[in-house]
Amino acid sequence: MNFPVLSIITFIPMVAAAIMLLMPAQRKNETRAVALAAATLALILSIWVYFNYDQATAGYQFIERYNWLPALGISLYFGVDGMSTPLVMLTGVVMFTGVLISWGDDDKHVMAGIQDRPREFFAFLFILASGVFGVFVSLDLFMLFFFYEIAVFPMYLLIAIWGWVQTREYAAMKLTLYLFIGSVVSLVGVLAMFWVQYQNTGLLTFDMLQMEKAGFSQAFQYIWFLPVFLGFAVLGGIWPFHNWSPDGHVAAPTAVSMFHAGVLMKLGAFAALRVGVMLLPEGAKQWSWLIMIFAGVAVVYGAYIAFVQMDLKYMIGFSSVSHMGLVMLGFSTLNRAGLTGAGVQMFSHGVMTALFFAITGMIYDRSHTRQIPELGGMSKIMPFATVGFIIGGLVSMGMPGFSGFVAEFPIFMGVWRVQWLVAVIASISIIITAAYIMRNIRQVFFGDMPAKLEGHMTDVTILDKVAITTLCLLMIIIGLFPSFMVPMVEKGVENILRLLGGA
Amino acid sequence: MFTSTMFASILPEILILTIAMLILVVEPFWKEEKRRNVGWLTAGGLLAAMVISFLFGQPGDPITTLGGMVRFDWLGFFFKMLFMFAGAATALLFMDSEKVGHRGEAYLLLLASLLGMNLMAVSADLVMLYLAIETTSIPLYVLAGFMLGDAKSTEAGFKYLLFGALTSTVMLYGFSLVFGFSGTTDIYQLASMFQAGSLSIGSALGVLALIVVGLGFKVSIVPFHFWAPDVYEGSPTPVAGFLSTASKAAGFAVLVRLFFVAFPSFAPSWTLAFAILAAITMTVGNLLALPQTNIKRLIAFSSVAHAGYALIGVVALTQLGAASVVFYLAAYLATNLLAFGIVMAFSRVTGLEDIKDYSGLSRRSPALGLMMLAAFLSLAGMPPFGGFVAKVFVFAAGIQAGYLWLVIVGILNSIIGVYYYLNVLKYVYLYRMPEQDEENHLIPLSRPYAIALAVLVIGVILIGTVFAPWFSWSDAAAMNLF
Repeated sequence: MNFPVLSIITFIPMVAAAIMLLMPAQRKNETRAVALAAATLALILSIWVYFNYDQATAGYQFIERYNWLPALGISLYFGVDGMSTPLVMLTGVVMFTGVLISWGDDDKHVMAGIQDRPREFFAFLFILASGVFGVFVSLDLFMLFFFYEIAVFPMYLLIAIWGWVQTREYAAMKLTLYLFIGSVVSLVGVLAMFWVQYQNTGLLTFDMLQMEKAGFSQAFQYIWFLPVFLGFAVLGGIWPFHNWSPDGHVAAPTAVSMFHAGVLMKLGAFAALRVGVMLLPEGAKQWSWLIMIFAGVAVVYGAYIAFVQMDLKYMIGFSSVSHMGLVMLGFSTLNRAGLTGAGVQMFSHGVMTALFFAITGMIYDRSHTRQIPELGGMSKIMPFATVGFIIGGLVSMGMPGFSGFVAEFPIFMGVWRVQWLVAVIASISIIITAAYIMRNIRQVFFGDMPAKLEGHMTDVTILDKVAITTLCLLMIIIGLFPSFMVPMVEKGVENILRLLGGA
Repeated sequence: MFTSTMFASILPEILILTIAMLILVVEPFWKEEKRRNVGWLTAGGLLAAMVISFLFGQPGDPITTLGGMVRFDWLGFFFKMLFMFAGAATALLFMDSEKVGHRGEAYLLLLASLLGMNLMAVSADLVMLYLAIETTSIPLYVLAGFMLGDAKSTEAGFKYLLFGALTSTVMLYGFSLVFGFSGTTDIYQLASMFQAGSLSIGSALGVLALIVVGLGFKVSIVPFHFWAPDVYEGSPTPVAGFLSTASKAAGFAVLVRLFFVAFPSFAPSWTLAFAILAAITMTVGNLLALPQTNIKRLIAFSSVAHAGYALIGVVALTQLGAASVVFYLAAYLATNLLAFGIVMAFSRVTGLEDIKDYSGLSRRSPALGLMMLAAFLSLAGMPPFGGFVAKVFVFAAGIQAGYLWLVIVGILNSIIGVYYYLNVLKYVYLYRMPEQDEENHLIPLSRPYAIALAVLVIGVILIGTVFAPWFSWSDAAAMNLF
């Protein structure tokens, strides 16, 4: 048995959460220090995994397996492939930057970060992070589901307690119910798969690699693909089940928005891919047209709704719907280019949107408004954040040289090969995105500063700068050196294509 | 002749009786203000009894002993352990309960009903079974109305008595009919007679309906649930906790043994009826929980709904089904005891029981707030707490047996559940006290409560994460039914 790095990554946040909850409530800075230490450790380990993943052998690596409940074939079975390795690193990055952003600035004008009960905040956030890591590394369907639910429920508390006063109760409940309904629908499908595979093979196991060979009949796959895929895809923000997502973003505190858009939505997409597409490939082929329509609508519609938003966070929330639509669009192509693009897009969008929400949070903490017309002239006060936002905007538009291009170009290529019309329609979104990002940069950062804000604004803190730099660097690295990530994702895609049969 | 097997088969009961005797002897000599310590004696004694039974009273292959009265098997043993655990926790919760804790009779009655429950879990004979059920119920009637001079408590006790007496009479009538047309009261003999086809199924179904009335009351299946909210609300909180967990689990122990052993030969006819009952129970329980404003009534209706979920495992009528019921009950028992324990700890200090009174609890006592979080998320079926795994197992058993519709009903219901459980947590975590001065209204935990609640929280988390040992015990228990 090698060094059990994946289970350490998965359980670090959980352990840290337990430690924090046992600390006295007044020790705010000590709590934050524990949080930062745990996040740093998880980040370092996840980067280590990324660089030590052997692309030559591909397949699942860093495998660990402990029998958990042999009677029902449940095991703690961890391993990562080319698809999940980047996502593990993404989670590490978002967790690290999320802690930095939430550290807080006690300046009376600012009150940034989390001042009220940081102990509970970081504990819940870290329980969520554990769940996210767990989903990305689980190769056991039961455990995947277990971690999936762990990742969902802290959101309620995080949004309801620390969120934006005006909508937090509504948004938190809406989000939880949407996600819970989605997950239980998938659960029925998962249990049905479990028993059918038992009937077919006589093996009582939740091992997904085993279930791939279960030989589900075509009729079974046709029936169950949609509930399973869509149930998970709710969390991926697929149209028409995306409505919870922007509301949730707006109501959530900054770090939670980062997690929500940066990682949680990837969780939904990833689980939909791993359980829906990979275990029920025939169903995926049968229904890919429907997914493509849903995703296509999400891409254009999300971008258009983002365009008309006046609230900065709603704008980014809907742009997330649009970008996650591109991920789903990549899935629906079921070909190499599309899937590879979707894999990179998951990472790229995660970093980009985390950056957007982080900067929006910094602005809101200082100006106490998110209405775009009420903002202006931020570039003079916080030049560092301005540069960050512009880089994020370029990624969002899909500019060459940044990660967005590396992700979106293959997706459109893949879609074109399946149905050129969809590619044409979906590409409209790029123009709309460019429009609202440009408009936003001009108004918020370079426009005239409203008199109301004069004198209230301060620059971002050093911790914020570290976070912004980390996120920007990643996007530029992938944009300039696609070989940093694309070949790895391709290894994961090959496995999916094998399951889909040929190609 | 009294063999060592016979002795082992009722070892826990002998030990319980010993503790009861000890209390009777010691209590009169203690001063009024020290009487509360009987709780330590009871809880400690029960824990010791559990350990001793575990060491010396483990069953081997299932056999029937003591003149065919008692079945000595893992099913009974596992349930006994659950009951004694619940009894120990309840005794600790009794200690600081006003009008209850300082009176030795309370602990004595608790032990008496515990004795009855243990025998319910192992009865192999209808006569024995009936006696055990009454031994359980009568002390509980008294306990429910234990708070002298409290109108609600008196009402609770009386209501419980009336409902209990009525339903148990109906059940007794059913038992006597069984004896009438089969000539035996032995459950295992009945099973073989049904299998051989020497008894008519039509009349058996009628009898079954009568028996379901009695057991349905115990486990609070709709339409026999009316007593639950009123009784839980009125009776002393720890008693309500005991009623909703151990007493319900005892009902399920009988239900599982009777229906899995004696009546499986004409299964499709009654499993369908049970499936419908389960669906109605879940739905009614959850829908009625939605508008509740009193926390005890909310938990009461939620516990009705939980009986419905557990029933899915009975409907499945497979080994996994039985194992999942047992597992579900273990998880539910720890969770609901925890919930009632928190309610008790809260109302002991504040004297309040409305959901809105829980505003700001997470600031008044962060520990209590976190425990409430654990309890309610476990009830809602969220990992890493026991409720999640339990629910998944029950649903898995349901799907395996082909009851997809029932599982879908269960899932719709758990969505309703999430809504109202989260609603309570909203008060705990989100809302604040009217003056926002929570730091002046801290809620201290007395030592017995701290111990009981800590053990229960750890139990709920352990069941939900390290579920293999619990499941294999449940599975071993279930194996004895086939």
